[in-house]
Amino acid sequence: MLKTLLYDGSWTGLMTIVFCSYEYKWQIATIQHNAQYIQSGLFVTTENIISDDDKAKRVLLGLEKKIGIQGIKELYYVFLSEIKHRELLILRSISYYFNSENKPNLNYANDDILQIKKIVRSVSREKHRLKAFVRFQKMKDGLYFANLEPDFNVLPLMVNFFKERFADQKWLIYDLKRHFGIYYDLDQVVEVQFSNTFNSDYIAFHLDDEELRYSYLWKHYFDSVNIKERKNTKLHVQSLPKRYWKYLNEKNLL
Amino acid sequence: MSDRIFKKLHILADAAKYDVSCSSSGSNRANKNKGIGNANQSGICHSYTEDGRCVSLLKILLTNHCIYDCAYCVSRKSNDIERAAFTVQEVVDLTINFYRRNYIEGLFLSSGIFKNADYTMERLVSIAKKLRLEHKFNGYIHLKTIPGSSDELVHEAGLYADRLSINLEIPTKEGLKLLAPDKSREEMILPMRYLKNEIIRTNEERKVIKSTPTFAPAGQSTQMIIGASGESDKHIILTAQHFYKKYHLKRVYYSGYVPISYDKRLPEIGTAVPMVRENRLYQSDWLMRFYGFKAEEIVNDTHPLLDLDIDPKLSWALRNQHAFPVDINKANYHTILRVPGIGVQSAKKIIMARRFGPLRIEHLQKLGVATNRAKYFITCLGFQQIYADKSGTNIKQYILAQSTSKYTKNNSQQLTLF
Repeated sequence: MLKTLLYDGSWTGLMTIVFCSYEYKWQIATIQHNAQYIQSGLFVTTENIISDDDKAKRVLLGLEKKIGIQGIKELYYVFLSEIKHRELLILRSISYYFNSENKPNLNYANDDILQIKKIVRSVSREKHRLKAFVRFQKMKDGLYFANLEPDFNVLPLMVNFFKERFADQKWLIYDLKRHFGIYYDLDQVVEVQFSNTFNSDYIAFHLDDEELRYSYLWKHYFDSVNIKERKNTKLHVQSLPKRYWKYLNEKNLL
Repeated sequence: MSDRIFKKLHILADAAKYDVSCSSSGSNRANKNKGIGNANQSGICHSYTEDGRCVSLLKILLTNHCIYDCAYCVSRKSNDIERAAFTVQEVVDLTINFYRRNYIEGLFLSSGIFKNADYTMERLVSIAKKLRLEHKFNGYIHLKTIPGSSDELVHEAGLYADRLSINLEIPTKEGLKLLAPDKSREEMILPMRYLKNEIIRTNEERKVIKSTPTFAPAGQSTQMIIGASGESDKHIILTAQHFYKKYHLKRVYYSGYVPISYDKRLPEIGTAVPMVRENRLYQSDWLMRFYGFKAEEIVNDTHPLLDLDIDPKLSWALRNQHAFPVDINKANYHTILRVPGIGVQSAKKIIMARRFGPLRIEHLQKLGVATNRAKYFITCLGFQQIYADKSGTNIKQYILAQSTSKYTKNNSQQLTLF
């Protein structure tokens, strides 16, 4: 009997699914997020999976033996990509991994694995870009604040980077698309959620007195280092995709 | 903060922009004292200019006052331009405040030479020192060593900077003499040798005594201006190889000359920047650093100039057809790496993937090989090499007919209609 599985959308939940599908030898038709559940087809039964830390841990331990931490990281990136049907892709690959020897996640000739590598590349690329493209604005109370809207859910991957780099300043990076942010209070990083996001007027009102000057200095610098004789718009847009411009002061200020 | 600072930043960033080096990689400076910043092994580009180059560091001159009169340089003494100079504190404030807002990875500081070499160098060093000691700044610092400054100052610079560089500027001794009569090749090479020895010495010392302070952990680099003094590609590439070998340079940068003066010794204003040539030189540089090629394989007496229409690896392969075809499922990594269309990443993937079974050409395509080029030089499962007896010229034509270079537009004589 084919099954539709419902889970809470968490990584632990997905690993619990892997565990159960092995334990009960399920044939799985789809995996869906609780909140987004629509309906299952005819001849399909629905099963609600409750996240279970122990079961997830056992799956991860088994996986580590087969594909190492690096391999697990790849699957986690695919999970954060939020790409449609990612759960099934992860499930399918895990079952392939468990049935093979010899670091099977390096078999680049396998279609699923190639797809995983491709997604990992996209997610890594965005993670790397956002490390660079976050633009903090200093607020009156000394907080460094940044908004962004990444394509993939990469904020969780950036916590350590910013924590290590800006250890002596309070900062907050907010994902407007997913409605959560990470906040560093000089000691640790916590996840935060605003009931209503700061609009631009609110931000402008609370900016530090020197903020705009530095913002303009940066814009000024950005314009000054350009070599007109070498203009290359295609390369420019390729390296600095337009969808990120909204939050880059050097592309925004007039 | 006065409005004067906007003006200064404009003048001194504008004057520094022709130095192409902007990398912030190769240093692993941790933020250990709850200070500000760290340096990332891979480096980070925070923005890109409209000409497509990476903006990673705040790249400025301390001053564009200069006692020298190098023809290729905007800051040359005889050039009638607006002059400015930052104070030490201004540079420190800009760096810290840009860094805190995540605009930059650190500072790239160069300078025109005022008074004398040591006087200038001392100021550069004091900025780096202030950033490190007073502001607990662990971000990236690249200082341009002023030729002719004393060993003590160069040594101190190495203690605070991640990377040091001395620009060769003109690849040939004669060219330098003609265009920069105040400078001498020897004067540039002396500090390079000193730096090399210090880097080796401190690295050895660190192996024994862990607490030895780091010395220019990201090494030293240099830059050559291309197309200003009529040098050949052979000369440039052999020079680069010489510096990689003898001075352990981390990078050699090539900067296509942008005409900025009406000097008779130089290409006149309006002459196109040799961008394709510059690109081919970088490709050759990569071949030497990551693909195991020797300079003499890329350029030599019978082939002193790089082809502009094809990349140097393809060019080498066409001149060395006896080395092909390569069997993708049997050949070793280094041999596979020499196949046109296969890069470092795909070569590694091939080696890993073929453990699971023989690869076919479709597999190669999927894992990123540019098969439109590679197919003339390989065999693999289900793929026989049928071009082995064709001449290099023929194969080149096939490849050119099938590909569109990103530079075609620049080179094309044909007008586009729509």
